[in-house]
Amino acid sequence: MRAMTEPAAFTSERSGARDVVRFTGSLSLAQIGDLPDRLRDYEGEVDSIDLSRIERIDTVGAWLIHRFAAQHGAEIDGLDSDGRHLLEQVEAADQPVAIRPAPVGGIARVIGEVGDAVVVTGKTLVGLLGFFGAMMIAVWHIVIHPNRFRFNATVQRFEVVGVKALGIIGLMSILIGIVIAQQGAVQLRQFGAEVYTINLLGRLTLRELGVLMTAIMVAGRSGSAFAAQLGTMKLTEEIDAMRTIGVSPMEALVLPRVMAVVIMMPLLGFYSALVGIIGGGLLCWVSLGIPPVTFIQRLREVVPLTDLYVGLVKAPVFGAIIGMAGCYQGMLVEGDAEQVGQRTTSAVVQGIFLVIVLDAFFAVFFTWVGWI
Amino acid sequence: MSAQPEDTDTDDVIVVRGLRNSFGEQVVHDGLDLEVRRGEIYGVVGGSGTGKSVLMRSIIGLQKPQAGDIHVLGEPTIDREETEMVDLSKRWGVLFQGGALFSTLTVAENVQVPLREFYKGLPPALLDEIAAYKVVMTGLPADAGPKYPSQLSGGMKKRAGLARALALDPEVLFLDEPTAGLDPIGAAAFDELIRSLQKTLGLTVFLITHDLDTLYAICDRVAVLADHKVIAVGTIDELLATDHPWIQEYFRGPRGRAASASVEHAAANEIAGTES
Repeated sequence: MRAMTEPAAFTSERSGARDVVRFTGSLSLAQIGDLPDRLRDYEGEVDSIDLSRIERIDTVGAWLIHRFAAQHGAEIDGLDSDGRHLLEQVEAADQPVAIRPAPVGGIARVIGEVGDAVVVTGKTLVGLLGFFGAMMIAVWHIVIHPNRFRFNATVQRFEVVGVKALGIIGLMSILIGIVIAQQGAVQLRQFGAEVYTINLLGRLTLRELGVLMTAIMVAGRSGSAFAAQLGTMKLTEEIDAMRTIGVSPMEALVLPRVMAVVIMMPLLGFYSALVGIIGGGLLCWVSLGIPPVTFIQRLREVVPLTDLYVGLVKAPVFGAIIGMAGCYQGMLVEGDAEQVGQRTTSAVVQGIFLVIVLDAFFAVFFTWVGWI
Repeated sequence: MSAQPEDTDTDDVIVVRGLRNSFGEQVVHDGLDLEVRRGEIYGVVGGSGTGKSVLMRSIIGLQKPQAGDIHVLGEPTIDREETEMVDLSKRWGVLFQGGALFSTLTVAENVQVPLREFYKGLPPALLDEIAAYKVVMTGLPADAGPKYPSQLSGGMKKRAGLARALALDPEVLFLDEPTAGLDPIGAAAFDELIRSLQKTLGLTVFLITHDLDTLYAICDRVAVLADHKVIAVGTIDELLATDHPWIQEYFRGPRGRAASASVEHAAANEIAGTES
């Protein structure tokens, strides 16, 4: 149906010293073709613009005519009342409008971005500390009024954070156990000390890797979920609604989540270490020919119980960090959906980063205590 | 030449025949018929849950009905491939309730999205100019152009959504509760804006609303949705002449009377103004 209309075109003829430009066809977006370029490149004095032969005009056509007329100081003739009304509306709308925020260039931008990043990092650290304080106050309230503790919500999180993570953490741990044992065996074989693979495997998984890898997995699974959940609730004003009803979001949303991670992390970390050792043990059996009974005996001789304690002491602290980073970032969401994504990313990155920093401090601390 | 859209084969822009929509057990529409004529503002009213939004979604092809036949501008919209819908979607604009602006783009860039999609050859300078006058035309201040949707109030989001819906100079405009959530002054200004754009651009407007003032102020015809179908269509006076209890309650209730009184009051003022 549109094909029936003619494309927009114009002819010009000279009357006296100046031109009369006559337009034909449909001055509409669909039929505009290269008219904008041809009009821009038009040279010559224009006295008047004749629109009496056009089939149709829409706002884009009206805009082009208005701009052409303004540029050449020409008069517009031949429009009916509807068309004239349209042209008037478009003329009235001729105001400078920026399309995007003004860009800041060069050095100023670099300095600005570095400054912003520093301020944001500082604010995040202070904010996280404040969030920790607010959570401690909420914990204190619950200690005073234990019946306000959301038992069901917490237990439900146990399932989401803990039970449902067993599969993936188990798979990850068994593979890591196998890799450590295999790599260890290859290197130690050069000294004829393959049997020390068991020392390496047992001590590494119990002290460090079990808990650390679990923390990374939990940060990716649950820390991100916390940030996204709370962030979306913030956007839909659910959290504001809670506050107006008199329910503290800290008690109802944050504490159950953080508690769940704090309690689940040692269990998951222990499970991860155990599965890792089983994986490494299987490899020792298959490729080094160490039977399981010998493996376990050797394990009991070379791995001190303090290694288990080291892992288990770190786990709840890591859990608290991950849970708090997730909830804190979620509560910071404001404005639009894109923020939910950004905050979720920050929650995971911050969680993992802080866990690794703390792990380094723990290593120094345990050496100092003598648990080596 | 005129501001009217071109093809005039039929006077009915939207035709719905025997529409049936249901979700599980719950029947929303059953045997629904309606026609929207070219160049009119067609209002749709109905109680909550009578399927006004579902009707609009069916017409624009976002919702597949169980049965029925829908034509917009002479083309069917049911069971079409997305590529087939592209030509049709150039010819209509849709304003969703919340504005549905793309949150990563500024207001002006939002307006440019349909232009960039369908008219890739447009010079960038013209693109910016078109976005600029559309933004101002819908009543936004000029400094709203480079703002992001999260920086706008609800009313400004609606105006920006309208600017985007009008980006391609469409023939048909679908509006879902355009004045919901606006203050009365803003709502009246929005009504006025729609009326004036409809006049200058020769638009056909399909409008879902709960706002009695909007119905009285700008709708040429109003369809009432109840009992799974359109039970009555006509001007408000014609609807008032029917004796359906829901229609009577809707228009004769306290709010209906107030809206009607304000229109009469305005008309009386106008007459007084012209006489003096």
